[in-house]
Amino acid sequence: MSSQPLQASNMEQLLEGIWKQNPVFVMALGMCPALAVTVSAFNALGMGLATTFVLICSCTLISMLRRFIPREVRIATYIVIIATFVTLVDYIIQAVSLALYEALGAFIQLIVVNCIILGRAEAHAAKNPPLSAMVNALGMGIGFTIGLFALGSVREILGAGKLFGLSLFGEHFQPWVVMVLPPGGFFVLGLWLLFFAWLAKRKEAQHGA
Amino acid sequence: MNGEQPIHVVPPVNSLRMVRTLMLVTSLCGGLIVAVWQLTQPAIAANKKVVLERSVRALIPNAAQIVEYDASTRGVTPGKGDPADGAVRFYAAYDRHGQLEAIAAEGAARGYTDTVRVLYGYRRACECIFGIRVTQMKETPGIGDKIITDPVFLKNFESLDVSLTPDMRSLFNTVKTVKHGTKQFGWEIDAIAGATITSKAVGRGINDSAQRLLPLLVPNLEAISQKGGMQ
Amino acid sequence: MQLRASPHLHSGRDVPTIMRHVVYALLPICAFSIWQYGLSSLALIVTVTLSCLAAERISNKLSGTVNTLSDWSATITGVLLALTLPPAFPLWMGTVAGFSAVWLGKSLFGGLGHNAFNPALVGRAFVQAAFPTAITTWAPAFAPQRFTEFIPSTLTLPLMQPNDISAWVAANMVDGFTGATPLARWKFEHFVYPVQDMITGAASASTGETSALLLVLCGLYLIARKFMDWRIPVAVVGSALLLALAFRLFGGDEYPPVHLVLLSGGLMLGALFMATDMATSPVSPRAVWAYGAIIGVVTILIRYFGGLTEGVMYAILFGNALAPLLDKYLQPKVFGARR
Repeated sequence: MSSQPLQASNMEQLLEGIWKQNPVFVMALGMCPALAVTVSAFNALGMGLATTFVLICSCTLISMLRRFIPREVRIATYIVIIATFVTLVDYIIQAVSLALYEALGAFIQLIVVNCIILGRAEAHAAKNPPLSAMVNALGMGIGFTIGLFALGSVREILGAGKLFGLSLFGEHFQPWVVMVLPPGGFFVLGLWLLFFAWLAKRKEAQHGA
Repeated sequence: MNGEQPIHVVPPVNSLRMVRTLMLVTSLCGGLIVAVWQLTQPAIAANKKVVLERSVRALIPNAAQIVEYDASTRGVTPGKGDPADGAVRFYAAYDRHGQLEAIAAEGAARGYTDTVRVLYGYRRACECIFGIRVTQMKETPGIGDKIITDPVFLKNFESLDVSLTPDMRSLFNTVKTVKHGTKQFGWEIDAIAGATITSKAVGRGINDSAQRLLPLLVPNLEAISQKGGMQ
Repeated sequence: MQLRASPHLHSGRDVPTIMRHVVYALLPICAFSIWQYGLSSLALIVTVTLSCLAAERISNKLSGTVNTLSDWSATITGVLLALTLPPAFPLWMGTVAGFSAVWLGKSLFGGLGHNAFNPALVGRAFVQAAFPTAITTWAPAFAPQRFTEFIPSTLTLPLMQPNDISAWVAANMVDGFTGATPLARWKFEHFVYPVQDMITGAASASTGETSALLLVLCGLYLIARKFMDWRIPVAVVGSALLLALAFRLFGGDEYPPVHLVLLSGGLMLGALFMATDMATSPVSPRAVWAYGAIIGVVTILIRYFGGLTEGVMYAILFGNALAPLLDKYLQPKVFGARR
């Protein structure tokens, strides 16, 4: 493989995770944290960045070890590696901000079972060199973060009248309580999916014409 | 299947290689975790201390210094690490002159969605709880989270009777959450209408903690009445 | 030559006709609520209905289907929804309710006839979850200035908290107004509301649920014209009545008197006008009886043992969810067929 086409495909791979194969809006993966912790934009970003960190580190390491790991124990090895980085993230978040740690709660530990990470490890990192794996993981991580942020910002704006804790509508704002409850997550996710489906349909219609 | 044909042979699995790989990966990971733990532990401990001190200060504004203690059947000992079995962690707040201002301790009980944790302040002089501060809860916004803001509810804790029996074995009266509008006695908590489950969790958390802590603490209060009196 | 599938005889009872008559039957209830609450009630009914119609029109446009405003179903959704909301509900919240009723309750399922749940109740459930305080804030009936001024919370600016109505209540000198419904006063104070207040509409309640008597009369009109399956309201009210009676007889004073169960809250409104929604109720007679009985029983269980004071809305939504299943298992036996 020459380095020139690889360069081009790297860019494509980055964009794939961010847009074409967006984990939240296109693949609908990792729905559990996407619905549970996105009550505010800050939590959503925190969760997204934590997941991105775990994705990049574990995919890079798995890619480096890919020739060395026997097929039979690959899943066990991946899980050990992913769990390690999740533990690191857990400590780092505690050291950076206890408030964020309390807000995200068990969902930090649950990054281990986020199917995006194992999916990327198995589908991409295990078959590609470290640089490619890293870029792909970065794209997916950014895509996931954007997805969570899209949910979190809408829920915070309607559910608390704030964005990143800053009040948008003054003190008389009436919060939509449902938005910070679990059903609100489903409603907002549904609205975004509807919006993207509508965009895709419109694009298709334009191409057809 | 034709029996004369050679059976497809699965290549032998090299288990030694598998074990070697797993061992290598796990030890690598273990090393990483230990390294990061060592690096972050001081920051985490400092963070937790800051959060705790902030809550205690909010409860006891006069506190100049806050010292952690454990109360157990062996008396009061300085609190380090996690409290031992049967010991109850509490925080003694001293004023500028090193005199004991008040005691703070945490109670916890299951609320509507998750555990509700409440820090409460205790004074020996009135044998009462004089304030609470919710340190952790995930109750329904607009309903359960009124325990943080509802002034009528918080008034319950301005002087909540937690006096001990003469033999100091338990509370004279169990702290109890009662239906909204039916509070009669100093040891009762008037629940928030519509948020009874959360209100009850607060009452239960305080009662459970006070029932364990106060019988162990009160006989030993003299020992910690002044800062440094314990050394 | 024109070929058409059977049945060929037309009864003259197409969907728009039935729907139109339901609207007629709702008009006296609207009129009564306007007489009780004045301008605020009128504005609420008009706003909610218009927002339902707007939502229907927009989803017609977006999905490229025909205009379905003329089948009257969005109108009914709007009027019914308005009747389940508190009279001084802020108009902007009413608009939110109207849009969520039509979009969430109907358009997403594919329009009239495909919806699994009663759209008006979906709208109410949404605003109940979103604005739990506003939807339990009641305004007094028969305030002297009700025809000349709005109740302050009606005209709240969009996205803002409802304006405080206590000053207005005081200025209007409404005596004995507690701001709690008969069901809430029973639940929290064990107070038995006077029967005449619940019949003349002086008790705090949602816009259209104050007079059980009027609701029954309007329902009887629809039943008499055969626009409504009489079994459903009979099953709902009957089962609620029997269960309430049993609790009162065997449980004693712990449980409310039976007339309180029947006359208060949305039981009549729900039983007559919402549980009977054709798209969301079962078809076969046995299934209909079971459906009504489940709604009545669940209503009582929620009222007596739940955290909420009123349970009709969730009971009907629950019944809606079970309707297809009931139809499947309680089908009439085909003659000669074995089970």
